[in-house]
Amino acid sequence: MSDFEYRGQRFVAICMLGVLLFNYPLLALFNVRGAIFGVPLLYAYIFSAWAILIALMAWLAESHTLESR
Amino acid sequence: MLHGSVIIFTSFAYLGLLFAIAYYADKRADAGRPVIANPYIYSLSMAVYATAWTFYGSVGRAASDGIGFLPIYIGPTLMIALWWVVMRKILRISKQNRITSLADFIASRYGKSALLGGLVTVIAVIGILPYISLQLKAISTSYFILVQYPAIVMPDEIGVAPIRQDTALWVALILAAFTIAFGTRHLDAAEHHQGMVAAIAFESMVKLLAFLAVGIFVTFGMYDGLDDLFSRASLVPKLQAMMTPLEGVAGSYAEWVWLTVLSMMAIMFLPRQFQVTVVENLDEKHLAKAIWVFPAYMLAINIFVLPIAFGGLLRFPDGSVDADTFVLTLPMAEKQELLALLVFIGGLSAATGMVIVETIALSTMVCNDLVMPVLLRMRRLRLNERPDLTRLLLAIRRGAIVLILLLGYLYFKLAGEAYALVAIGLISFAAVAQFAPVVLGGIFWKGGTRSGALCGLLAGFTVWLYTLLLPALARSGWLPIGLLENGPFGIELLKPLQLFGLSGLDQITHAMIWSMLANLGGYIAVSLADSPTADEHRQASVFVDVFRQTGETGGARFWRGTASAPDLYNLLARFMGSASADSAFREYAAARGHRWPETSLNADAELVHQVEVQLAGAIGSASARVMVASVVKEEALNIDEVREILDEASQVVVYSHRLEQKSRELEAATTGLRAANERLQELDRMKDDFVATVTHELRTPLTSIRAFTQILHDDPEMEMEQRERFLAIIAKESERLTRLINQVLDVSRIESGREEWQATSVDMKEVISDTVTAMSQVFQEQKIEVQVSTPEKVGEVLADVDRIIQVMLNLLSNAAKFCEAGTGRIEIVLHDLSDHLRIDVRDNGPGIAASDQLVIFDKFRQAGNPLTDKPHGSGLGLHISRTIVEHFGGRLWVESRRGCGACFSFTLPTRAIP
Repeated sequence: MSDFEYRGQRFVAICMLGVLLFNYPLLALFNVRGAIFGVPLLYAYIFSAWAILIALMAWLAESHTLESR
Repeated sequence: MLHGSVIIFTSFAYLGLLFAIAYYADKRADAGRPVIANPYIYSLSMAVYATAWTFYGSVGRAASDGIGFLPIYIGPTLMIALWWVVMRKILRISKQNRITSLADFIASRYGKSALLGGLVTVIAVIGILPYISLQLKAISTSYFILVQYPAIVMPDEIGVAPIRQDTALWVALILAAFTIAFGTRHLDAAEHHQGMVAAIAFESMVKLLAFLAVGIFVTFGMYDGLDDLFSRASLVPKLQAMMTPLEGVAGSYAEWVWLTVLSMMAIMFLPRQFQVTVVENLDEKHLAKAIWVFPAYMLAINIFVLPIAFGGLLRFPDGSVDADTFVLTLPMAEKQELLALLVFIGGLSAATGMVIVETIALSTMVCNDLVMPVLLRMRRLRLNERPDLTRLLLAIRRGAIVLILLLGYLYFKLAGEAYALVAIGLISFAAVAQFAPVVLGGIFWKGGTRSGALCGLLAGFTVWLYTLLLPALARSGWLPIGLLENGPFGIELLKPLQLFGLSGLDQITHAMIWSMLANLGGYIAVSLADSPTADEHRQASVFVDVFRQTGETGGARFWRGTASAPDLYNLLARFMGSASADSAFREYAAARGHRWPETSLNADAELVHQVEVQLAGAIGSASARVMVASVVKEEALNIDEVREILDEASQVVVYSHRLEQKSRELEAATTGLRAANERLQELDRMKDDFVATVTHELRTPLTSIRAFTQILHDDPEMEMEQRERFLAIIAKESERLTRLINQVLDVSRIESGREEWQATSVDMKEVISDTVTAMSQVFQEQKIEVQVSTPEKVGEVLADVDRIIQVMLNLLSNAAKFCEAGTGRIEIVLHDLSDHLRIDVRDNGPGIAASDQLVIFDKFRQAGNPLTDKPHGSGLGLHISRTIVEHFGGRLWVESRRGCGACFSFTLPTRAIP
């Protein structure tokens, strides 16, 4: 299997992780009163989960130099 | 003061700056040094996704339901994670086939169907109109509010809707002129608009900076940071509920999920996203950067949406100010003139960016996939005979741009007032989501057919018209509102907002469920029921197997017929101008090592295919096919022939795999042979050494025999005693010679494998006592003390008894040889170690240096210095012994230290006693 296919599978996994993070029931867990550094819990959760997802994608996309297949 | 003139002047100055950037980028591109060949500019150009909707509408949405604006950006992030798999494929397909628009992509996939391309174009244009009207509304509203400064007045309050609509008309016309200048200055074969991309990337920076500026001003200028802002908001009961918006304000999770799905589709299939991501892409490698830079951009532009929304709700608690305008009205209320102007420019850049790219993409579609196919089919126009059609193509595109913007304005006038910004945009999202099944199905599933795609698209689009567009028009008063409340003709089941009685969902979710059901169902069912034509089969394989094809000419192998190169050239020149045609032909010839036009080109399948692909870039794949077919004589392939070609291709792949395997095997065999050859050479060398050593060893006793015989012969008077002594030496040397020869024969027999071993049960106790007895004469002569210790009962070993005796004798004679006469002492110990026997033969001689312990088992090697020490034997004995022991599954080794004697040990496996 080529590097492209391996990485493709990891990207699919990241997408599935994102689907889980931004969906019921995880969203419902944070849909409660409370705040982190003054930011309501749900908003803080969504933005940090989003940032983590982007960081994962950046890491995966940049982890090797690309070669043309 | 913010006079209208100041605002208008600033706006035009900004547009002028954009134009300058575009002009500069185009010049650089012409000079072959493109500024946009950069992954960051590519990523920023994708941010054309963030329009006035994002800039003004997100805050409006957030002010009403907290997080309802977020799926529009989280969805694309999730989709982009799949781009590695999906978008790379679309990019490769589009580059190979010179796809220049979404309509072209779909038409080309389903057998270069002009009908399908036309349908996609119609859907795209109608579907995008609400979205364009949204931009016009945003620009005219923001202008209107800003010009009232320092008062904050909503346009609706003072009954200015008609005037605002006039503003929108002006905006539409100005943008049309601007887009024409941007996008249709000349005809590019690959539909690249490098200047436009550079300008769009710049606009993305401007809108991001403007939005962040407002966000920072509201959060840290008006309030004391996020903490302060949110804690003040939580004191207001109405805002408290928005801290936990799900289930309450934001509606159900279903809506959240559907908005996410919708946005996932939008990021792929909005015509302008397809334009900047696929058509304007210069290098596939840029995608890797865009995969994270673009989502990061979306995150950044959304960070301050909630603070601005809460800030606005706190600042204007009475609800007199439309939340869609908070971004602008907050700085105005705080008397920040410059910031307000910056916001206006940011909103302008968000809206203009969208309008420019969207209308260029749509105009390409309208021209290539709607107008040209119709014109080319009208024989009366005699388009085929016109020498230069480039001006016509440009004129069609310019007309299309003006028309699309005017239609956008018309939609704004008809329906724009009834909805908030986001709601207008979502209607467009739902329209372009209809392309998802045919595109995604088309690149992964070969079974999709033209009829299936047509059915799916038509069904989905019809449902969209009925459930989204129709209600929008009805709510604006252009259709009787009873249509929504009672259904058409009073049929309750057909109410557009509760189709077939499905109720309790918001409008978008409801429309998406029904349209996707109709679309997917139609596409799959009809495709399965249908059998593809040759063209469809070929294109399906070109698209789905794009990564399996080599080179750019995957399609050429499907063409059979005759053509003439000058005809092809003229065809290309008519549509693209002779300069472009010249360079295309020159490149084609150069790639094959010819010079054109010095040598004429062979009009083979490859050239025909190349011309068709080039032409597809200018007029779309369906029209290109028609035009090429008009100048060449083509033999139509039937479905079986296409299948055959595809099968051949797959067989070639199989063959090449087999060939690779064969060559790998060959390589392995070669390596093996080389090793064998080296071994042979080594053996040859060893044989030479062996012969040399043997000869040397034989010569020593022979020399002494000859010398003594000579003496005896020459001196008959010799005393008897002397004579006997000499004769004894001769006898002894002959014996040594005989022994040596026997050993050499042994070695050669053993090594050649000719030795016949006779394995019988051997009693090692007997062997030891026999050999000690045989050697007793020697031991006595040298006064060597011998001690034997064996256990009572030992297991039997399976071996050749004569050979084992040979080994024992060799070890004993070696021991005797190295023992000092008189003080010598030899110890023989037999150990029975259950599965094998070990025999130790220990002497108290000088011992063997560690460096010699390994080599003494080699042929003709003896311990010590061969030049100075007197030789003690042939040097073959230990070698032969080790070979014998190893043959019977045992080991022979030595343990010794210099000065402490040596202990030779060998093992032999015992026979399992039955």
